[in-house]
Formats: sequence, C-alpha cells, structure tokens
Amino acid sequence: MSFVRRLAGNAPPRILWSLAILLALLLVAPAVLGKYWLSVLILILYFAFVGQAWNIMMGFAGQLSLGHALYAGLGGYIAAGLYFHYGIGPWAGLFAGVAVAVLAGAIVGYLGFRFSLAGVYFALLTIAFAEFTRLAFDHWQWAGGSGGLFLKVEHATDIVNLRGGPVLFYYVILALAAGAFILCRALLRSRLGQYWLAIREDAEAAQAVGVPVLRCKMIAIVISAALTALAGVWNAFYYNNLFPETAFAMGRSIEITLAPIIGGLGTLFGPIVGAVVLTGLGEAFTDLGDVLRIPGIKQIFYGLALLVIVMYRPAGVWPWLANKLGLTERQS
Amino acid sequence: MTADFLLNLAQAIVNGLLTGMVYGLMALGLSVIFGVMRIVNFAHGEMMVVGMYLAWMGFEYLQVSPLLSLPVIALLFFGAGYLLQRSLISPFIGRPEHQQFLLLLAVAILLVNASLAIAGPDSRGVQMESQFDSYEVGPLVFDAVRLHAALAAVAIALLLWLFFTRTRTGKSIRAAADNNLAALVVGLDVRRLYAFTFGIGAACVGAAGALMITIIPVSPFLAVEYTLLAFVIVIVGGLGSMTGALLGGLLIGVSEAVAGLLLQPSLKSMFSFGLLILVLLLRPQGLLGKGSQ
Repeated sequence: MSFVRRLAGNAPPRILWSLAILLALLLVAPAVLGKYWLSVLILILYFAFVGQAWNIMMGFAGQLSLGHALYAGLGGYIAAGLYFHYGIGPWAGLFAGVAVAVLAGAIVGYLGFRFSLAGVYFALLTIAFAEFTRLAFDHWQWAGGSGGLFLKVEHATDIVNLRGGPVLFYYVILALAAGAFILCRALLRSRLGQYWLAIREDAEAAQAVGVPVLRCKMIAIVISAALTALAGVWNAFYYNNLFPETAFAMGRSIEITLAPIIGGLGTLFGPIVGAVVLTGLGEAFTDLGDVLRIPGIKQIFYGLALLVIVMYRPAGVWPWLANKLGLTERQS
Repeated sequence: MTADFLLNLAQAIVNGLLTGMVYGLMALGLSVIFGVMRIVNFAHGEMMVVGMYLAWMGFEYLQVSPLLSLPVIALLFFGAGYLLQRSLISPFIGRPEHQQFLLLLAVAILLVNASLAIAGPDSRGVQMESQFDSYEVGPLVFDAVRLHAALAAVAIALLLWLFFTRTRTGKSIRAAADNNLAALVVGLDVRRLYAFTFGIGAACVGAAGALMITIIPVSPFLAVEYTLLAFVIVIVGGLGSMTGALLGGLLIGVSEAVAGLLLQPSLKSMFSFGLLILVLLLRPQGLLGKGSQ
C-alpha cells in the first residue's frame, strides 16, 4: 500500500476517484459495448499507450523522435517471426522483440546524443534509421520481405499464444495502457524524472549543475523503445499481418506522435486525451467520407482538424481542459 | 565486357546528374526556407507533387508543355507560399519544433489529399513529342527531356543566385538570415522578408515539380518520398546552404542511378539513407555547411 500512497502523492482525491471509476468502467466495457465500439476503444487505448511511450522521450526528456515506427516494427516483427517460424509464443517472443528494439534505441540514442545532435537534426536521424530498416526488411526473406508476414487467424481463445478475439486484445492493451500510465507517473515523481525535465528545459544548464545528461537521455530512449516495442508485438498479433511498407512507415511514426502532441506534451493525461480526440475525429470523418464518397476527403477533414488544434491550442487540449475543470497538473 | 560495363556506368552517371539537377532545385527550396527562418518544411514533397499535378493539368487540358507552364506555376507557388507564410506559419516562427512539425504536417495532409480528391489515385504522366529524342555525345546518350529539365533547373538556380547577391531584397533576406535581430534594428521589414523567402522556396519546388513531371509520372503517394528525398539532399549538402543543396542533389541523383545499376533498383534509397546517417554523424553541418550549427 505504501507504493500506492507514494504514487498517489498529493494528487487531489477528485482525480483519484475519477480514475478509479474510469478504470472500473473500462473493465466492464466489453460486456456492454458492441463490436464496433469495442474496436474504437481498442484503438484509443493503443494510441494512448504508444503516445505515453513516445511522450517519455519528447515530453519528459525533450528529444524529438520521428522514427518510433522503428521500435514498434522491430518488436512486432521479431515476436511474430519467432511464432511463425518456430512456434515460440509471444509471451516469450516479446522479450526478444523488446531486446532488439532496446538495442536499436540504444544505437540511435548513443550515436545521436554522443555527437550531440539536437532538435531537427536528431529527428532526421531517427527518420533515417526507420527508413533504412524499412528497406532492409523489404529484402529480408525470414521476415517475409516486401510480401509481408502473416499469422494464422484463430478465433478460439488461446492466452498462451495470444490468439483470440477482440476482447482478449482489449484487456491486454488496457493493462498496457494502465501500466504505462502508472509507470510514467512514477518516473515523473522520481529523481530521473526531475533530471529529464531539467534536460528538456536547458540541457547545458542541467549538465553544468551535474545532471548526467547523456545517461538520462539514454535511459529515456531505452524505456521509450521498450514500451513502443510492446505496442508493436500487440499490434502484430491483433492484426495478424506485417508489411515493411506500413510497419516501418513514416506515417506510422507520425501517428505515434500525434496523441501526445495534440493532448498536451509532457503531461500524463495528454496522450490519453489526445488519443480520444484523434480516434473520435478519425471515426467521425470516416463516416462522413463514406457519405461524401470523395477520395481523400476523410484525410482533408483530419488535416483541417489538426490545423485548428495546433493554431488555437498549441500546448495541447489537456492543459486547457484541466484548467477549465479546475484541475492543474503539477509536473509541467 | 568491362568496356560495356564502364559505358553503362558512365551512362548511369549522366542520367543521375541530369535528374540530380532537378532534385537540387527541389531541395534548394527547402534549404532556403530553413536557412532563413529555421523552419523545416515537412510539406515539401507534397508541394512538389502539387507542382507536378499543375503541370500535368496544363499539359492534359490546355496542351501547354510543362516547360512553358513552369513560369506560371512558379508564380502561383510564390503567391501561395507568400500567403501561407503570412497567414499560418508566421506565428510559429521561434516556437518549439514539434509545434512547427504539426502545423506543416497538417498542411501536408491537406495538400496531398486535395490532389487525391481532384486527380484521383492513378499515376499521371505527360507524353511529350520530345519524349524519345536524344542527343549523342560520343558513346553517351542524353535524353532530351532530362537534358532540358536539367538546363532549366540550372538556369533557375542561377537566377536565384543573382537575386540573392545582386538585388536589395535578396541581400536583405540574407541579412535577416544571418542575424534577424540586427536586421530588425536597421529597419528591415523582417516579416515581409520571411514571407518573400517562403514564396521563393515554394516557387523553387513548384518549378522543380513542373520539370520532374517530364521525367517521372506523378501520384499522390510520391509526396512522402519526395519530402524524405529533400531532407536527405539538404542534410548531405548542408541545411541552409544553397550550393550545398545543388551539390547534394547531384550526389544523390548519381548515387541513386549508380546503386540502381549495380544493386537491385529497390535498394537505391537504402544507399541514400545510409549516406544520410553517415553525414549526420560525421559532419552534421553537411558537406558545405558552415562550421557550427
């Protein structure tokens, strides 16, 4: 209990009660919701989870990565490949997937931070590594090459091999999202979290007062890559297929960044609020697109929505919403 | 056998150099915008694709050669770029990078999907009369369309160089790029200069699009590739350096053509991204960039 109390810290009871009620509602949701709404909720939780993972790097430590598809793709491909070729289940395979993604993150991070690439230059380095890997997987036959890797679709629930229907995947991604939320809260309240914020605000000043900048940045990219790889494993087994063109695509990397940016960078609730807003908009515009029957119209509305949000709420939706609700998040 | 191979190699280099000129012009737009206002135009490839579509429409519906519609397209792009900077981008100068990224991402999504809505997903190309003409110099063959596009790209780059070194506005823009506070102090209208610069960057990429359509057909899905290609070129050449962008364009054009000849064609961009990683790590300011970032 002391861990829980420490974690809760000085959070207002209103927030804790709201979170408890939200969690209870999410736990019973599959019993109430139909197939469509469950799939929407799954998408929201997925984006909240990867958003939380990306937010550790950009929101906390201030390092802009536009190549996070690299870690999701590696995690997914390794776990799916081990299952496909050797029948090794994902609960074991995820360790290999996460290990490879962590290694990739450590390489990107070490090279980038060692040569003190910052801002745009670091972002371009992350894009280059993701694109390079995409092209390599296009030619790697073990992973199915450009033709893709397919897992057999099975409807019988088999938790050991993570095979089954949407309800199983719903609870897995709910656990991941809730776990990432708690982890981020704990990280922010730790000394490491304080170091990250110091680096984000002014890396040189942080270095000057003795913050181990390189080590802290490395920890951020490694944790972020590991969590993103878990999302990749989940994604591979949920959709049952993987293509280099989508798994490592620039679009996938961008998708990961949107929920935290829209929701509020560096905040705990930002990625969640952003995921709700973006998934909601996406679904609404899909319906609208079906009615209007013009190619690209869904994306046009989506682009307009992004434009409006970044122009009028550049710091994100959550800080503004929190203010309206009379809540203030302390950490940023 | 080896003589044949050397000839093929020389021919690939020639084609790469010619295409590389157009790449260079495209990247020049990105480099000018970044060099002056420190904004990375994430919508660059999308703008390129819009330029290609406009030239295609001129050819398809009005029977105007892309080389002739180029000045009109460049002018339109200049105006659109000027207005875009004035209305949307201006407030974001100096803001955190992720906000600029999101803004230009939204612009990119709008541009590429507007193209998709108007022209559809099919690939569109122009069939010009000069399509099969070529000039032979010794054993080497210069495709007429590629040669014309490359010459036009060089001519535009020269005009830009004259603009930046000989005109008052051009010199003012360079002053604002070097030190925007000092430029403000001596009474330059930096806001107008920024809008002008974005207009020039847009005109470069619009013109490059009009030239590129004579070489390659266009589809909306090319946009991301061109954005990435432009990033690779300007980083290799030096972000913000004009000659660097042109040199980077030639280098990437040649390396793509040679990699396409020696390796599988699909591996050619892997080569470019490998080069990008090396340059970022060993010389992040680019081959021709200035000392410190």
